[in-house]
Amino acid sequence: METTDRSKKYINPYLGGVLLGLLLLLTVYITGRGLGASGAVKNAVVASVNEISPAHVKHNAYYSQFISDDVNPLNNWLVFEVIGVLAGAFISGALSGRLKWKVEHQPGIRWRTRLIFAAAGGMLFGIGSQFARGCTSGAALTGSAVLAAGGILTMMMIFGTGYLFARFFRKLWV
Amino acid sequence: MGPLIPQQIIDPAWNNLIGFLVGMCFGLILEASGFSSSRKITGVFYGYDFTVMKVFMTAVAVAMVGLLYFNYFGWIDLSLVYVNPLFLNATIVGGFIMGIGFLMGGFCPGTSFAGAAIGKIDAIVFSLGMFLGILLFSEAFPLVETLYNAGDYGGLTITEVLGISPGLFAFFFVCAMLMLFGILYYFRDKFRKIEI
Repeated sequence: METTDRSKKYINPYLGGVLLGLLLLLTVYITGRGLGASGAVKNAVVASVNEISPAHVKHNAYYSQFISDDVNPLNNWLVFEVIGVLAGAFISGALSGRLKWKVEHQPGIRWRTRLIFAAAGGMLFGIGSQFARGCTSGAALTGSAVLAAGGILTMMMIFGTGYLFARFFRKLWV
Repeated sequence: MGPLIPQQIIDPAWNNLIGFLVGMCFGLILEASGFSSSRKITGVFYGYDFTVMKVFMTAVAVAMVGLLYFNYFGWIDLSLVYVNPLFLNATIVGGFIMGIGFLMGGFCPGTSFAGAAIGKIDAIVFSLGMFLGILLFSEAFPLVETLYNAGDYGGLTITEVLGISPGLFAFFFVCAMLMLFGILYYFRDKFRKIEI
């Protein structure tokens, strides 16, 4: 249709990039660190396991790095940042008429297939971000902007792998 | 002057509120750019939508060049800015795993929160998968600990690796980006369009 509701349109990607870059610049200027996402989920995992078995957390060489006796793992900058992401995305979606319960998938696959792959993809992203010390936000985006070799390598690995192996997952998307 | 919080120019007690506000802007920009949609994101790998590349590269370039100017004007002490440590082996393995996860899931962690916030059930499932993945990783940590810690180079920068100045690297990065955008623009009619 010619008369698509303009309010449902996305912003220009270059404008989005400039805004995101300015936000990242401001964030580094204020906090000395950048944006993040996977770290908040890690803190949520640590807090959950700590709730069930504090002894287990103390004895696990991974969890134990992220707890201290006086601060709850959920009382963390990144956790609040991610709560902010949810709020901000909700506002944007509400303003543009995009709030809707939906399983988005390519019409050629079933919604169940989409959800199984979404869960598997999330799991892999969770595991990979621990190895790489961050995900697309904290390692690839922020890391590249501060010229961290680890950040640029993470960016190249994520997108390089994506392009190299895209053909095997084509049916999910096209 | 900056960074403000590490130098206690802003009291660290404001940390969480600032985190929330920064996150809100982050979420607004992600959603408004279209990153709440997995099919829009994965278009970058199949040639029908290059939003991810445009937003990502522009953001990196703006922040990278901006930080160098801030440093040049003496507004920020870059030695106080956190540089992500490089663990070579773990980063290669982790980046590869995330790349496959990207193709399967269609989101990365930040964008899955943006999708979840507007009701995308696939994004919510992706986020739950992430929780499970991190749980699995942590529980299996003794098995992967050696790999996790291998190839530790600390907070190494790309300009130390290449032996060039940060300004020169940023210049090359911006040139490469503009060339890429030029190519995308020149061939804009050649790319397949699909209804998302």
